[in-house]
Amino acid sequence: MKLDQLSRALGYFSIGLGLAEIVAPRKLGNCIGVNKSYPRLMRFLGLREIAAGVGILSEPKPAGWMSSRVLGDAMDLALLGAAFVPSKNSRGRLATASAMVLGVTALDLLTSRQLTYSKSPGGRDANGDIDWRVKRVIKSIQISRSPEELYQFWRDVTNLPNFMVHLESVSTSTDPRRSHWVAKGPAGKRIEWDAELVQDRKNELISWRTVGKADVRHAGTVQFLRAPGGRGTIVRVTMEYQSPGGVLGIAFARLFGKEPGQQVEDDLRHLKQVIETGLIPTTKGQPAGRPTGTSKKFDRQMAQPQYTVKTY
Amino acid sequence: MKANCWYGKNKLSVETVKDPEILNSRDAIIKISSTAICGSDLHLYNGFIPSMEKGDILGHEFMGEVVEVGRDVKNLKAGDRVVVPFPIACGHCFFCQKQLYSCCENSNPNAPLAEKMWGHSPAGIFGYSHLLGGYAGGQAEYARVPFADVGPLKIDADLSDEQVLFLSDIFPTGYMAAEHCNIQPGDTIAVWGCGPVGLFAIKSSLLLGAERVIAIDRFPYRLRMAREKAGATETINYEELNVLEGLMDLTGGMGPDACIDAVGMECHTPGPIHAYDRMKQAAMLENDRPHALRQAILACRKGGTVSVAGVYSGFIDKVPFGAIMNKALTIKSGQTHVQKYMKPLLERIKKREIDPSFVVTHTLALGEAPNGFQIFNDKEDECVKIILKPGD
Repeated sequence: MKLDQLSRALGYFSIGLGLAEIVAPRKLGNCIGVNKSYPRLMRFLGLREIAAGVGILSEPKPAGWMSSRVLGDAMDLALLGAAFVPSKNSRGRLATASAMVLGVTALDLLTSRQLTYSKSPGGRDANGDIDWRVKRVIKSIQISRSPEELYQFWRDVTNLPNFMVHLESVSTSTDPRRSHWVAKGPAGKRIEWDAELVQDRKNELISWRTVGKADVRHAGTVQFLRAPGGRGTIVRVTMEYQSPGGVLGIAFARLFGKEPGQQVEDDLRHLKQVIETGLIPTTKGQPAGRPTGTSKKFDRQMAQPQYTVKTY
Repeated sequence: MKANCWYGKNKLSVETVKDPEILNSRDAIIKISSTAICGSDLHLYNGFIPSMEKGDILGHEFMGEVVEVGRDVKNLKAGDRVVVPFPIACGHCFFCQKQLYSCCENSNPNAPLAEKMWGHSPAGIFGYSHLLGGYAGGQAEYARVPFADVGPLKIDADLSDEQVLFLSDIFPTGYMAAEHCNIQPGDTIAVWGCGPVGLFAIKSSLLLGAERVIAIDRFPYRLRMAREKAGATETINYEELNVLEGLMDLTGGMGPDACIDAVGMECHTPGPIHAYDRMKQAAMLENDRPHALRQAILACRKGGTVSVAGVYSGFIDKVPFGAIMNKALTIKSGQTHVQKYMKPLLERIKKREIDPSFVVTHTLALGEAPNGFQIFNDKEDECVKIILKPGD
């Protein structure tokens, strides 16, 4: 069964069970072996089920609602556990009910986990099933410059550290299609890899991928699409990360302390700032009535580019 | 240097902090000669704006003398006397090119934070929370001004600080609110709130050709100022008169052609509705108390405009959207695109069409800033506008 079919089935199940709990709380209580039923509690549980069900059915990727089902299952199991204590209750029926809830819990857990890891577009193989090894991130930004200018800027890979502020350097070797990348990792650790140019269509598109032994294998494509109405260019980046641990490029995220999607988004925003204004605005180093000028809680820590870029 | 710092709800302190330095190549450092407390600073003072951090330097209405410029600032030099606009704008992005400076795409380093809350990020603003950039403000002896080649307006004319300081915010803000009303000759404009922005909105509405301006407030001294200094033709004290009934009476039931909300999120209103909003705000079920806005929407004539200059931060409820739809209203709002208005409004000041210094009621030393906030917030001593002098 495909993921979305499973989650829809669980959604309908939620609504059905919820309706039963609301319409016939006493009968249902009897079924699961609770002698003295609590109709109010049962109806409350019914409302919860219906809310989760409606949530699941109304969203394309209801990861949050599915997690709420897992929490609800935990609540149900706890209540069933408590119901074992009064001796009037039928232990046999309670055990059957608990086993059924446990089964549903397993399904909920599996579905919610899969939904959580497939939140961004892509990351699926040809059959539409989740590909657990690749994480794809797509981000785009409008920049008030021509595709030609932006292509030229990006094509000179030594410009990249000007806006990919986690990079220390990118250098080219004798082979013009090869480049060497050095990034700042956690705790002053350096991370290095080699990349090769895969496609290069003048003023349109550049794509590259890592070669050899890279900590995180990844491939990227940047498109320079002419924006309508003289609004410059829509720069669109697609990145695919693959990490040896196999878990969706999360290792890569941890390298820089950021989720990869956020990293690409920040890089593009910084590209726009550098190209449109010649700098990346910062507040680092400003005065304040506390030890540091920036706020740890709210301010994004920005490394400064090296200003090899001309002010446009 | 000395700077007025925020340490929590109703907690301010003038502290000695380090002097600002050039951090980006398009920065300038200004030695501040005059700086003001804005009504919107009271939202920070009362703790209604999220993402403030202890030690933040407040202030976004300031002017002074350039003491240093970054290497890419070619139009200013040390010694120039400048007024600084409160939104920080790069001058080159799509929005700056369209003169929507307060929507600048590049000046808020914390844009992702604002995007989570509002969908998109506006420009950074001096001393106005980390959501809006976390920039140190201008209630200080010195300030760093980013994109100084775009914002600051040079003042060569022989005009006092009091006459030009308000080009930094409240005069353009009141003016833009009036401009948003698309005033036609003979129009009647109603203005909620006779604080400094409301007073400039009244005056600007008249400059733009309104025939009648009805001012609404609850403090007799502010209503008097609206009549005597700003030129309001009628006033309504909402604690004495039902505003909707008053406006319908004055307009023969038609309603004002345009309504300006110069109050914003901390609105007061008599009776249980205030308690209702106050409670919801305290329980964080709504960010803002929108009573003036509700009234403005209900009062506005069919096909008219509701212009919102007051600051709102997030979610509001019980807003009669059905009235907006069924009465064919236009809503205009926005942080002010100050850079667009500074030059033309300076011309109006030079031509003596307006002397903005009429709003000033108090001049204090910078060291008295916390005291000034308290007086202004509690409407003591007939306070309308306070200027702080770092030099004193």
